[in-house]
Order: sequence, then structure tokens, then C-alpha cells
Amino acid sequence: MSATRIGASPNRVGGIDRVTGRNEYAADIRLPGVLEARLVALDCARARIISIDASEALRVPGVRLVMTAADLPQPVPRFGPQFEDRPVIAVGETKYHGEPVAIVAAETKDAAEAAAGLVHVEYEELPAVFTLAAALDSAAPLVQEPALRPNDRLASTNVLREHRIGWGDVDAALADVVVENRYTFPMVTHFAIEPHAFMAAPDGDGIAVWSTIQHPNWLQKVIAKVLGLPLSKVRVFAPDPGGGFGGKQHAKLEPLVAFAALRTGRPVRLVLSLEESFQAARRASCEVRVRTGVNRDGALVFEDIAADYLIGAYADIADRVVGKGSYPAAGPYNVPSVRILARSVLSHTVPSTAFRGFGNPQVNWAVESNLDEAARAIGMDRLAIRLRNLAKKGDAFIPFDTPADGDWRQAVERAAELIAWDTPLPPGHGRGLAVGIKSGPTTGLSYSTVRLLGDGSVIVLAGTSDMGQGARTVFAQIAAQELGAPLDWVTVVMGDTAIVPYDQQTSASRSTVLMGNSVLQACRSIQGQLAAMAARLHGLDEAQVIVDQGVVHLPDRDLSVLDVLTRGLGRLGGELTGNGEVRKEADPSHPLSGAAAFFEFNCTAVEAEVDEETGDIVIVKHVTVSDVGKALNPLQVTMQDEGAAIQGLGHTLMEHYIYDEKGRIRNLGAIDYRIPTSMDLPLELLSEAVENEDGPGPYGSKGMSEGALLCVASAVGAAVRDATGVAIRDLPLTPERVWRALRDRPMP
Amino acid sequence: MSESAAAFQIELTVNGHRRAIEVAVHHTLLDVLRDDLGLTGAKECCLVGECGACTVILDGRTVDSCLVLAVEADGSEITTVEGLADERGLGPLQQAFLDKGAVQCGFCIPGQLLSAHALLADNPHPSLPEIQEGLAGNLCRCGCYRQITDAVLATAERAER
Repeated sequence: MSATRIGASPNRVGGIDRVTGRNEYAADIRLPGVLEARLVALDCARARIISIDASEALRVPGVRLVMTAADLPQPVPRFGPQFEDRPVIAVGETKYHGEPVAIVAAETKDAAEAAAGLVHVEYEELPAVFTLAAALDSAAPLVQEPALRPNDRLASTNVLREHRIGWGDVDAALADVVVENRYTFPMVTHFAIEPHAFMAAPDGDGIAVWSTIQHPNWLQKVIAKVLGLPLSKVRVFAPDPGGGFGGKQHAKLEPLVAFAALRTGRPVRLVLSLEESFQAARRASCEVRVRTGVNRDGALVFEDIAADYLIGAYADIADRVVGKGSYPAAGPYNVPSVRILARSVLSHTVPSTAFRGFGNPQVNWAVESNLDEAARAIGMDRLAIRLRNLAKKGDAFIPFDTPADGDWRQAVERAAELIAWDTPLPPGHGRGLAVGIKSGPTTGLSYSTVRLLGDGSVIVLAGTSDMGQGARTVFAQIAAQELGAPLDWVTVVMGDTAIVPYDQQTSASRSTVLMGNSVLQACRSIQGQLAAMAARLHGLDEAQVIVDQGVVHLPDRDLSVLDVLTRGLGRLGGELTGNGEVRKEADPSHPLSGAAAFFEFNCTAVEAEVDEETGDIVIVKHVTVSDVGKALNPLQVTMQDEGAAIQGLGHTLMEHYIYDEKGRIRNLGAIDYRIPTSMDLPLELLSEAVENEDGPGPYGSKGMSEGALLCVASAVGAAVRDATGVAIRDLPLTPERVWRALRDRPMP
Repeated sequence: MSESAAAFQIELTVNGHRRAIEVAVHHTLLDVLRDDLGLTGAKECCLVGECGACTVILDGRTVDSCLVLAVEADGSEITTVEGLADERGLGPLQQAFLDKGAVQCGFCIPGQLLSAHALLADNPHPSLPEIQEGLAGNLCRCGCYRQITDAVLATAERAER
């Protein structure tokens, strides 16, 4: 049984359903009588909607609804996690290519599809901005109506918000050498293999909504607000998502589908195509200018960082991504003077949102690459300059935040060792090493309920979404460990807001730490009740009984939990219930509204071979070492770490949206937008974890699902630079881009 | 297309069961499996034959069921993920996928399993590059590729030579 507990890697809870095809994803659920919905969108980004004629569409047999903004409450409700700027459906004007202007619901998909093509929209295309340069031009059309941001001096520009962080005095700082460069990071998309899917149905005097959502409780609040219902009348079902990566965090089209269901009085479902999912969520592109000041002895003197993130037409959570992602931009180093200015810049493009790494990979690419340039400028080894400046455990490397919470040097030295940093390389090969640092959750609220049933089996109610990271398994392991149940006697219930207590969200690699602690607390509450039972049964003081890891210790002997439970519950049976509540309150005085619960730290080291004839990059060896505190399930930790690394290779080597002059994504869909396949893997991929049990989560764990993605581009770019002598500062490093850079390389 | 689209009678043998069904001429095998037969193990993602999530085995060969018209499949034998386990339990590949940790979100896994199944039927002892090539048409955004190839290798090693 110990093979199922903490520190072991039992088979994934829910795994059997996943290998048999029985696991029900949102698009697999079809209520009786459900109507199939399709969206109507225009063939350009920004347009004024002159008229919408649904008469022909409504004549298609089986069509039950064509709904536009005119059919919704006026003014059309808006929603959004940061700014309530996104209308339920386009009102008067579309702001990005793919934004729906109408929704059609019909008895069959065929009828909905046919009718969607027969909704005639008269529109006038309007000037629009798709790039940072265009959006920041003083004559640029405004993406957002200024009225949505009253009393905001930036409302007359396309800058949604500026984030300034810093300490020391960059302008006064004197460095022996200053290295300044500009880096760009592309727009990329989550490409979860499961496209977004939504369903809504009238439910008594309320509504039920199914969604691929990562944050069911956020969605419940959004639906309640736009429909004017109490929370208790909105039931959100969130089946385990088929991959989320941040793209499914916040409400998108659920309010629209909910209105369609209420209007028809029928269940309505909308399953997006992959192309529509590309138009629903993406990562912000970014342009970063970095000035790094360094002394000849390798000491960092200052970092001066200006990052412009191109976000989309509606804010979603994108501005938080900008603020939080850029915040640790100076890296895990002790830098005396730092100035960071990050701006979120609106454009007429797909709303950008959270994506694994949360705004951090963009600045990491720039700042870590520039650190390599600084090392070269002073003739110092690129590993040595990192070790020279790396914060030691307890250092306040960001003065007003959580001090360095790990022995990060261990991860860096281990990665260097695994990549054989100081050994000779064949011609055409190069090495790169980079570190990544990301602030964990700054606020949080996770309730849980654990029920120890009369036979010793356990039900855990936890509102985390298990989108592949394995939260079910980890929570089941915690309950099994604490209550002595076999793992397959533990059921973890998630994804139903009518049953499962509130959880703020599944993001920022928080769930093992925050919900994990909540589940642990609930189990400990049950242990306390068991101790009271045992004391009563044996005529002891409660203080004489210790319940630990599924065993009830009396002064003279040990009893099983089941034995005490059975006798304690008595003839009627019943159960013991424990509740957990983990709260990380906001701190209004902190720039991010809260210090980091933990930092995700990763060191990635890469050996790459560059084909000078074709520009093709082969990753010969990819090493990732993450500081995870404690791997509660080592196999799942490895999978998250490797998965993050491979996902990082996507934006590093091949992924990017290409926009045309009308603001349409030219490489929309799987044929032209490539993600890593089994043929694109590093020839050797090594993932290791540093485990010092020094995290705030159960048994000393830390969150770890994003770390290995943060600095992939920086490490690969550095390896390419090392192999070829050419620094390429724009991603992705496609063969064409590398080939051109090598062709244009100045002759020595 | 509308509801009145012409319907054809076809016969499929799906996971060993003969099924006679009426299908619209433009519906794909994926549509029929998911919508008419309720076999939702085959997944819908790209619908252009690039992601592999809808992979099934048709007369011994893997196909992207999103690219096969149902009428083209008339008379064929189809294996879907639902047919890989039997009353004795999981098939060897399914068990290996579980044991090696080849499953995270799981959405691509039915397609991966069927591609692996067909690969091993053709080539019972593939090399690592042969496995990587054989599964190159099945995208996994969670990035479990190494665990998936490990699972296929382990299954092959256990098979008799």
C-alpha cells in the first residue's frame, strides 16, 4: 500500500477512463433534446455592423434560434476578470477576426452550419491595429471605448495599463559595461488538443452550464452576474479539461450559450473548432528592450527592462499576465538596481490570456539572453556569471517580496553537470544554460471537504480542475496517506459547483500547495475526531491519542483507523467529515496584491546542433532541473516538467501566429500552425527535481508545472549562439530565420 | 446541407459488432462514431487529418476518421479505443500507457493507442525511431511523448519474438 502514498507514483487516478475512451470530456456530453450551435463571424478584424438579416437562416429546417446583440438585454452585459469589457456578443463593432456577431442554434449540426452561412451581415470594415507599432501610433484608432475606463489618463491611448517595478537607482548606477538589446517573442496559442466546448440548459428556476473551463467558480460568478441570478441558481459543471495551459481559465462564450439556452428553453451546446479555439485564446507577443549593467568581476549592477506586450481586443486576464509576468523580470539574482516598465497594449487581435508561464517566458527570453551577452562582453563564463549573482536562500532578491525560498544553486550546478558544461563539443554544436523564476500565487482561497465513510473509504471534494497535471491523484494520495485508506478507496469529486466547495482557481501551479494544504487540513480535522473517538472508547485523555498516517496510536497499542471508526460510529454508522480552508489574503500595499506563496525555479541547459546549410536546429540534449520542494508523485512531476519543456520548444523553434493585412490569422489551424510532435523531441531529454522539502505545500512541496517552460527559448537561443556565433533575438528560431541569420553573418 | 440531405444505408463492424446505420452522404466516419453510435472515444480536434485525435483502425490500417466519409467505410471493420479492452481487462498497450505515465489530460490518448496498436500489428518489435515515426501523426500537447514511446517499447518487449 505504501506504493500509493506520498512520494510514490501510483497509476493516475482517472487513468483507466482515459485509456479506455470512457472519460467524458465536455464535448462528449449531450443532453437529450440538445440544440447544436454555430457562430457567425466576419471576414475581417474590425468592422462596423450595419445590419444583420437572419430571415434566410431562420428558414432552414430545424433552426430554432438566430441571436444577435439586439436580442440580448440592453446594454448588452459585459464581463471579464480584470475589466468588464467583453460583451456577450459583438455590439455595433467587431474588434478581432473571429468575434461572433450572431449565434445559430438548430436541431442538428448540419442545420446550424447551413444556417450560420445564411446569416447575412452588412458591415463596413474599419481601420485597425495588429502590431505594437500601429497600436502605439498617436493616430491609431482606439481599440477600447474610453468610456469603459473613466478617469484613466491612458484611456485615450491603446495602452491599457503600465506596470512599474523597481528598486535602487538605475540612472545613477555605474557599471563597467552596459549591454543593450531588443528581443521579440511571438504570438502563440495553447493548442490544447481538446477545443473549447460549452453547453447550457435551463435548470428549474436557474441554469446549468457545462464548460471546458479551468475556473468553474469564476464562471459561476460571471454567469450569475450577466443573467442576474443568485449563485445558488447557477450550476457549473466542469468536466476534466483535455488540456488547459491557461487558455481555459476565464469565461469566453459561456454567457452567450447561456442566453441561447434561456431563449430557446432548451439545452444548447457549442463545440468550437480548433480554428475557433485559436481565435479564442493566445499568448501575448512581446517586444523587450533590455539594458544590463555589469562590472568586470561579473557583478550585476543594474537591469533596465522595458517590455511592451501586445494583448488583444478585450483584456481577459491579459493585463494581469503583463504585470505579474514582468515582475520578476530581473531574474533570481541579487541586482542592486532594477527598473521594469511593462505595458499592456490593446490591439484588434485575438484576446490574449494566461498561458503556462503567465507572461514570464517573454521577459525571460530577453533578460537571460542579454545576460549571456553581458558575460561575453566581460569575457566571463556564462554559467559563472549566473552563479556569481544567483540569490542565496533567504536573500531578498526582490526587496519587497518573499525571500529566495530554495537552494537554487543546486539546480543550476546539477543542470550544468548533466549537460557537461565544461567539456569540448563537436563542430556545429553549442551549449546554452538559462534559469527561470516565476512568482507563484499571490492570493488564494481553496475550500475542501473530506468525508471518511463508514467502511473507511474516502470522498474528497475539491474544486481544482484536473486538466492533466494530476491533481486528482495527488489529493487522493494525501487522503490515503493521512487516513490510511487504499488509494483506490478514495474518490475525488471535482467540477460541480452545486456539490464541491468554492475554489478560487486552478492556475499559477497552485493546486498541490493551496488545495493540497486544504485537503490535508480536512484530513487532520478527521484525525482529531478519530482521536476524540478513541479517547472516549478507551477512557483516555484526547492528548494521549495520536492519529498519524492512518494509524491511531494509544499509549499501549496501535489501532487501525477503521477499527476506531467502526466502533466509534456505532450501530447507526455514518461518517466523519472534515473541512479545509486555505486562504492567502490580498495585500493591498504589495505591487502584485500579494507576495509569492512560493517561487518556481528552473534551470534548463541545452546542447544543440545547427545545420548551417538548412538552418535546422537539432536539440541533442535538453536538461531541466526544477526546485519542487518535494515530489508528492515523482512520475507526475517528471511528466509536468518534460511537458513544459516540450511546450517551450514549440514557441522556441516553430510556433507563431502570422497575421495578414486584414487582421486574419493566416496560419489558422493544424496544417499551418505546427506544434512539437514525437519527431521534434530532443535526442535526449533529462528531467530532474531538487527536493529539499522546503516548500509551503503538503510535506514541503512547491508548485512546479510551469518552471521548465520559462527559460527554454533562452537556453536554446544561447546554444545556437554558441554553435554559430550569431545571436538571433527574435523567436521562433525557424530554419528559415536561422538560415538567413547565418547567411547575413558578418565575416570575421 | 440541411436535414433533408440524402441518407445512405451502410454496414460497419465496429469492435466486432455489426451495425447497420443510415448516414448522411457528407458525414464522416468520426461523425457517425460519435453522434450516431455514441462511441465518443474518438476525439474531434483539427478535422483536417493533422492531429490524430480521431484515429481509428479501418480494415487493419489507421485512418483519421475525420477524413473518411462514412459511406466510404461501408462494409469495413473498425476498431476504436472502446474495442481495445475486453471482459478480462485492459489491453497490454492500455496497461503500459497507465504504468509508464503516458497519460496526462488524456484527450489524445485514444488516437495514440490506436496508432500504437496498428504499428505493433505491422511491426511487433519496432525501434525507437520507428515508434516516433509511427506516432508522429498523433499530437500530444501535454508532451507525454517520451512516456508514450516507452509504453509502446515496453509492450513490444513483452510480446513474444
